[in-house]
Amino acid sequence: MTLDELQEIAEKEREEQKKYTHRVNVSVAAGCLSLHSDQVLKILETEVQKRGMENTCKVKGVGCMGLCAAGPLVRCEPQHTYYRGLPPNQEILSAVVDNLDGAPLPEFALSPDVPFFAEQQKIVLENCGVIDPERIEDAIAVGAYEPLLDCISNRTKDEVVQEIIKSGLRGRGGGGYPTGLKWSMVAKAPGEQKYVICNADEGDPGAFMDRSVLESDPHRVLEGMAIAAYAVGASKGYIYCRAEYPLAVKRLKIAIKQAERLGLLGKRIGDSDFEFEVEVRLGAGAFVCGEETALIASVEGKRGVPRPRPPFPAYSGLNHCPTLLNNVETFANIAPILRKGGDWFASIGTEKSKGTKVFALVGDINNTGLIEVPMGITLRDLVFKLGGGIPEGRKFKAVQTGGPSGGCIPEQFLDMSVDYASLASVGSIMGSGGMIVMDETACMVDVAKFFMDFTRDESCGKCIPCRVGTTQLHGLLERISAGEGKMEDLDTLERLGAMVQKTALCGLGQTAPNPVSSTLRYFREEYVQHITEKTCAQGKCACSNTPAATAGE
Amino acid sequence: MPERNQYGIKTLTIDGKEVCASEDQTILEVARENGIDIPTLCHFSGLKEIGACRLCVVEVKGSNKLLASCSTQAQEGMEVTAHSPQLKEFRKLVVELLLTERNHVCAVCVSSGHCELQTLAQKLGVDHVTLPYLHVKCETDGSHPRFVADHNRCILCTRCLRVCDQIEGAHTWDMTGRGIGARMITDMGEPWGNSATCTNCGKCVMVCPVGALVAKGKSVAEMTKPEFLPYLLQMRGEER
Repeated sequence: MTLDELQEIAEKEREEQKKYTHRVNVSVAAGCLSLHSDQVLKILETEVQKRGMENTCKVKGVGCMGLCAAGPLVRCEPQHTYYRGLPPNQEILSAVVDNLDGAPLPEFALSPDVPFFAEQQKIVLENCGVIDPERIEDAIAVGAYEPLLDCISNRTKDEVVQEIIKSGLRGRGGGGYPTGLKWSMVAKAPGEQKYVICNADEGDPGAFMDRSVLESDPHRVLEGMAIAAYAVGASKGYIYCRAEYPLAVKRLKIAIKQAERLGLLGKRIGDSDFEFEVEVRLGAGAFVCGEETALIASVEGKRGVPRPRPPFPAYSGLNHCPTLLNNVETFANIAPILRKGGDWFASIGTEKSKGTKVFALVGDINNTGLIEVPMGITLRDLVFKLGGGIPEGRKFKAVQTGGPSGGCIPEQFLDMSVDYASLASVGSIMGSGGMIVMDETACMVDVAKFFMDFTRDESCGKCIPCRVGTTQLHGLLERISAGEGKMEDLDTLERLGAMVQKTALCGLGQTAPNPVSSTLRYFREEYVQHITEKTCAQGKCACSNTPAATAGE
Repeated sequence: MPERNQYGIKTLTIDGKEVCASEDQTILEVARENGIDIPTLCHFSGLKEIGACRLCVVEVKGSNKLLASCSTQAQEGMEVTAHSPQLKEFRKLVVELLLTERNHVCAVCVSSGHCELQTLAQKLGVDHVTLPYLHVKCETDGSHPRFVADHNRCILCTRCLRVCDQIEGAHTWDMTGRGIGARMITDMGEPWGNSATCTNCGKCVMVCPVGALVAKGKSVAEMTKPEFLPYLLQMRGEER
């Protein structure tokens, strides 16, 4: 398929869509689906048919709209409104259809002008909740695959790499490695066979950015991978997706088939010599397989354990060939960068952290959901403006960024800018984008114990500091939380934590003590209280003197 | 100096001592060649490196991370610190973690006196354990006619796995589970004695640094292991 042919399809699809005066988009991503949005979609379709409006009103299933707290979400045009929490109830949905031209039902209506929607800047998620993720024509109508075919016919490989370098994009999976530099390394690495791998093994508790992107706009990721493959000279790609994401896997497979059918993946892409095949590989849910060398071992069919680097995968990765490994969100940024230029992307965000970042807001926060904001936004805006603050007027206590690899950020840093350097300066990391908000009822010893339990459980067992160190750290925390700790345990936590950070083989172990060290740094008094008074002020731990524990006896 | 680089010879310093390395030599190899002792447990000459025990980590100027010297190639101009108070502290802690993990009671171990973990603990001055003992409970497999696998003493260095796979070519040993629950297994977790792939060559026993894989019929401190390479040649019926 050539660029002209693609544009023809896009034009035809746009003409087709113009026929409809009304559009009802129903979110059928995993969050809303679990609240039966598939039934909502079906009922809405029947209601529209009943009224003979199927030629003027388009009811379609779309991807994630972001506000998980208010699912199932429906968007109506030209009414310019969201509906929140629509139940699969015929009467209500019938009223929705009846009122498409009038005022939206007040009890379910949600204005798109509320800060949660209005304050976002969408690049990665621009098509999420807009297009039908299972129809490639819908994606093409909003410009999908145009940058890819444009690259193949009008740009050299080096120009593509340079554009990404210019954009300043950094890896969105957690490490924050400059993407353009990585591409350039793989492009220059010697080797006939090269690979592109997309890391979709999102494993942080409370993180669902990648899942939503894959469920809502899989073509965006495939296109990013294909552009990467063109730029670095790869002909084969893998998407390593965890098996716990069945819907994402299903939609990815549909998307791959559709793209292959149109000649946008496979052989002779854009009528050129460029070929690129993509395969989905399922991970069995081991957290460590998100680490690049473990992921590669797993794709090779081996036990998913990390190996020492160097050699880096850019030189010796899958089957010892140069391998480009990027995260879902990183690949989702590629097409817009090539469409609008690296300078445009670099104009968004801060000096050292360019572009936008998708965050999953979870925990003690009103607007649980997925948001995309420019880098450099303050934590306060994230939590209180977009996030809508803490439920029931409780007080904010801390926010955990970067999942189990990150740290707790206390209230005093709420006005800090969210970028790679600032987060690192307070002992946390950007990570993949999970943001767990905790209010005053959270016990920080309990929080640290939760994350340590997670990493202890997910440690692969290969290196001693991580295998035994995380278990020992967790044991010490259990002892403290049970009111049996000693003051010297705090020194041991710090000493052992520092050792695990410094000596562990891979990122999992090197970052595993972060939740402990950051809570010790900012909430030391809570640890001390557990030890000296044998009390958990929040009643979360089973200390001997904790009121809740005593009451339960 | 393009001429020297052409032959891949590199000069670097380890603990201030100037040393030279040929192409493909690791920091560990060069250090040992020059009489600089870096402790190791998973490393075994002739087997592929896995960088798992983390005892051999060294500081390299310009890198903010500690690097495993067994799997890091020597580079021209590198300034390596193999011994520092911090490294010693970390190494002691690694040994201490191992000692707390399973059941390392030298007084009743057949390998006592010939155990690499014991020797290392002595050398590093690990005279007591500050962390709680975990005593992860494991099985003892005595089903093999000639050898015993006492997993309570295993440190998961995977030398047995690698020698079985890379030298003997049988791949009887493998690893199952993860984290603190990781275990060495034979075949698909069947008793060693029932293994269809084990050739009874005994290489795994010879390379085991501790008392986890031992010959049957040995009492406390009786299990000695010959140098592996001569043993291998003997097995092949060749003169040393």
